[in-house]
Amino acid sequence: MSKVRVLVGTHKGAFVLTSDGKREKWEVSGPHFAGWEIYHVKGSPADPNRLYASQTSGWFGQIIQRSSDGGKTWETPGGGLKPSPGGMPTGESNKFAYDTSVATGKPLTTHQWYDGTQHPWEFKRVWHLEPSLTDPDTVYAGVEDAALFRTTDGATSWQEIPGLRGHGTGPRWQPGAGGLGLHTIILDPSNPKRIFIAISAAGAFRTDDGGITWRPINRGLRSEHIPDPTAETGHCVHHVAMHPKRPGVLFMQKHWDVMRSDDAGDQWREVSGNLPTDFGFVIDIHAHEPETIYVVPIKSDSEHFPLEGKLRVYRSRSGGNEWEPLTKGLPQSDCYVNVLRDAMAVDALDSCGVYFGTTGGQVYASNDSGDNWSPIVSNLPAVFSVEVQTLQ
Amino acid sequence: MIQVVLPAHLRTLAHVGSEISIEVAGPATQRAILDAIESTYPMLRGTIRDHVTQERRPFLRFFACQEDLSHESPDAPLPEAVSSGKEPFMIIGAIAGG
Repeated sequence: MSKVRVLVGTHKGAFVLTSDGKREKWEVSGPHFAGWEIYHVKGSPADPNRLYASQTSGWFGQIIQRSSDGGKTWETPGGGLKPSPGGMPTGESNKFAYDTSVATGKPLTTHQWYDGTQHPWEFKRVWHLEPSLTDPDTVYAGVEDAALFRTTDGATSWQEIPGLRGHGTGPRWQPGAGGLGLHTIILDPSNPKRIFIAISAAGAFRTDDGGITWRPINRGLRSEHIPDPTAETGHCVHHVAMHPKRPGVLFMQKHWDVMRSDDAGDQWREVSGNLPTDFGFVIDIHAHEPETIYVVPIKSDSEHFPLEGKLRVYRSRSGGNEWEPLTKGLPQSDCYVNVLRDAMAVDALDSCGVYFGTTGGQVYASNDSGDNWSPIVSNLPAVFSVEVQTLQ
Repeated sequence: MIQVVLPAHLRTLAHVGSEISIEVAGPATQRAILDAIESTYPMLRGTIRDHVTQERRPFLRFFACQEDLSHESPDAPLPEAVSSGKEPFMIIGAIAGG
């Protein structure tokens, strides 16, 4: 019997929601790490019981937590009570130090600040954890200020992949309203050396050599908030999604505009079509229908809530342009929540489940591809992220 | 032994009670105390002072003997009452929203 495990990161802790394949009754576990901001929790595709969580705090900084039993117990890797064989314990699971070595190319010292001046890179937190598709001990971390890190020892230690910040456009990256965060990491299942990432507000980038060299993939994007609306970088990309069986096709929710690329990001075209507003944060793809995509339109960049107080998921079954509102079970009056960029996910069951969390603390689920919705939980702290594991 | 009071979240992280006892080699200073804490409880590395700069995290304060020692040199000797264990060295989270 299949099971589903939903991993929820919130403003004040993490929650694990589990159900059988019917996805009608749910067990709620949590809060884990109560009182801490949990930006992201994600499981390893290679070992579903291996989970990683980004735990952060304005007071105490960044912690990385790891579970090897599906979230029942957690540990801080490398931060145990026993010293390492060499003497001092390492305790570096929460150490994200930017690469400043000469040997790895061009260490950067500044990026663009809100006012256009240059500003030093300062590590703040991990926004997104992306476990390897094949190795439970390898994980990529997207951080603020934007950089990509990797661990190959189960999060005991982290090293920057410096080619991203060092490829040349870094000094032109600028923070979005939420900070200069690297929030999207997509590993190409058909090509282990290809990785896509996205940064607010720099844009999308791709490597084809495992992270050594990177290039911007923002051609076709248009952003009116930057001096050159079609510049190579500077676009506020909110999220990017890829169907694992069609890795050359990408869908993007930009600050404004829903975009599509059919050539791995070399060129983008707008597919906002008949959406009532094309501002938003999340975008995701049906598990079995690569042309079926989901977004949650948000009124505007200054009014982060649904239009008319109606929470509507929009679904396109044609890969964009033609969209239909999905409303059954969702509040259709007086709803002023937001759905943040990492707060939507799908399961892989035959009838695809779709899940999203809100800043009002609800996690909504549909077990029929979005036709009908119901809340799994209704009163959590503000939801930052939602990930789903389909378990056998 | 020096007594140290940790903020609640760090107690949870280190699996300890409200007060911990640590031994410091040499004169008792802020740096010596933090070195000893991080050696005994490595999961606290980076949570009290920055990993790279070694500076106190901005929303934390150090109190002892009813004095704010946050802006003292990390190598300045601490009061005798702290080094003798009569008074605790307190690590306090600044009161702030959220």
